[in-house]
Amino acid sequence: MRQVVTNRPSGQPEGRSAAARPAGLRPGWLVAGLAAVLAALVAGVSLGPISLPPGSVAVELLNLLPGVGLDSGLTEREVAIITELRLPRAVLGLLVGGLLALAGGAYQGVFRNPLADPYLLGVAAGAGFAVTVVITAGGVGGALTGLPVTIPLAAFVGAIGAVTLTYLLGSAGGRSRSPATLILAGVAVSAFLSAGQTYLLQRNSDSIQQVYAWLLGRLATAGWHDVRLVLPYFLLTAVVVLLHRRELDVLSVGDDEATSLGLHPQRSRYLLIAAASLGTAAAVSASGLIGFVGIIVPHAVRLLAGSSYRVILPLSMLFGGAFLALTDVVARTAAAPEEIPIGVVTALLGGPFFVLVLRSARRVLG
Amino acid sequence: MSAPAVAVRDLRVRLAGVPVLTGVDLSVATGEWVTVIGPNGAGKSTLLRAVGGLLPTGGAVSLFGTPIQQLRRRDRARVVATVAQSPVVPAGMSVLDYVLLGRTPYIAPLGRESTADLAAAHDVLGRLDLTGFRDRELATLSGGERQRVFLARAFAQGATLLLLDEPTSALDIGHQQDVLELVDQLRRAHGLTVVATMHDLSIAGEYADRMVLLADGQVAAAGSPREVLTTELLARHYRATVKVIDGERGPLVVPVRPASAPDGVPKVRAG
Repeated sequence: MRQVVTNRPSGQPEGRSAAARPAGLRPGWLVAGLAAVLAALVAGVSLGPISLPPGSVAVELLNLLPGVGLDSGLTEREVAIITELRLPRAVLGLLVGGLLALAGGAYQGVFRNPLADPYLLGVAAGAGFAVTVVITAGGVGGALTGLPVTIPLAAFVGAIGAVTLTYLLGSAGGRSRSPATLILAGVAVSAFLSAGQTYLLQRNSDSIQQVYAWLLGRLATAGWHDVRLVLPYFLLTAVVVLLHRRELDVLSVGDDEATSLGLHPQRSRYLLIAAASLGTAAAVSASGLIGFVGIIVPHAVRLLAGSSYRVILPLSMLFGGAFLALTDVVARTAAAPEEIPIGVVTALLGGPFFVLVLRSARRVLG
Repeated sequence: MSAPAVAVRDLRVRLAGVPVLTGVDLSVATGEWVTVIGPNGAGKSTLLRAVGGLLPTGGAVSLFGTPIQQLRRRDRARVVATVAQSPVVPAGMSVLDYVLLGRTPYIAPLGRESTADLAAAHDVLGRLDLTGFRDRELATLSGGERQRVFLARAFAQGATLLLLDEPTSALDIGHQQDVLELVDQLRRAHGLTVVATMHDLSIAGEYADRMVLLADGQVAAAGSPREVLTTELLARHYRATVKVIDGERGPLVVPVRPASAPDGVPKVRAG
């Protein structure tokens, strides 16, 4: 009894060429993604009410490396603007955008659903409800006043609570549970929490502006506090999701086939959902509800660079981060000194950009 | 004497609380081609999924002498490869990438393909005359070409037991023959064991060493194609009127209209 294939190279079949490689991240795309991140960082630090020369900014960024001490020609105040205001904000944009796009790409793979976004399982509704509870209770001198409940903490706890509730409801069917039941449970939990949020806002109309300011998202930050909060979740989510990028390709053939190929689809799915949800909750707690990035960036990458999750996930993380950091520049400079909510800018810029990508991809693909 | 490739004893499967298979026994020798036939809903696909370890079952299933529950998933995937009735075609995936999925049992968890895996995939593509399609998107291929790619992915698994669920249901008669000839060639060349389900009884009889007729979740008949493809058995279990003709390689089953059907063209009264 012999196998059809040998597990060692056994002579090259006719027509084989060195160009035939499995799907994977091509170096050119990786360089493009890193260049986009760098460009977004320099733009985020250079542009603002006080314009700073990009060359000097680049020198100051280099000065952050250990052992480097170059003269950028900037004043002490300008250096402080870079290191304590703009740089942490740009880095937070990179982390939040990267997390949302990575989580969106992972959800699309896990659920085999192109419409999946990071808020699919109730993260947005849970965070929104919890933040509304805190703001309205604090605003009217309610029960939560005096407790150390900050808005980011409430958003994080609300997001994780909602996803946990979705998981428990979606798993209630025992063996009959499926990705579809989980999505439906997410819809039910979101609807329930959104209704609760609407009721609270109706009862506390004086808090509406404050709640909506949070719902529309913002990257306002002072110092590195938010970056330090989000960074561990970013690293955890990135490691777990990126390590599973090939498994997501295998899952794309369906659970039965993935099982027959030796995987545990259910186990991989729940691990990825947990990692992506944790990262999304951290992003939401730091920046509010920023829409669009988590669904459009992975699709743009898919159209331009390839449909394998080995390509989509790392590039979504890089381009998602760069996209959000750049939109934040627009959000804080377009109507200065006022800031436009970043969620509005992501939709206004991202929509036409995605149409452009779609059109060019159609031309390329015929 | 070596253990059979497949040994099924008193197999019971319930789906959503409904019994689909009840007390099925099946033994398939190494190198044998067994085709499972039966009317719609008889439990053919369920039997294949149970043998492939894709369903929780009652009773016992052993592959090459090892109870299936004792095989780790990756080890099982090196022993048995399944081609589903309508495999999912992932959007944008190339033929090479699809065939490489078959190497998953040999790739470390969270790892990536080695050069040996790539060589194995190219090897299978060459053997199945698919090298020219290597970089094509799977979704753009015709039904016959796709079916060959599905088989290539299964062969890339390096498994010696092949489970084929309706492998020719979407193909025209020429492509049906191409695909089954290919499977038979590879089976003979590499000593593979094949368990297939099929609806086309004549073609099923031409290729199978033995046939199993399932009806209402139980084995209604088993034996050589000549023993199973009889007018009486097919009438009883398919409720079909057929003629069975003796062919060179096996019985040929021809559906005929029942004797009770009206003759000729219905007359329409003018005016």
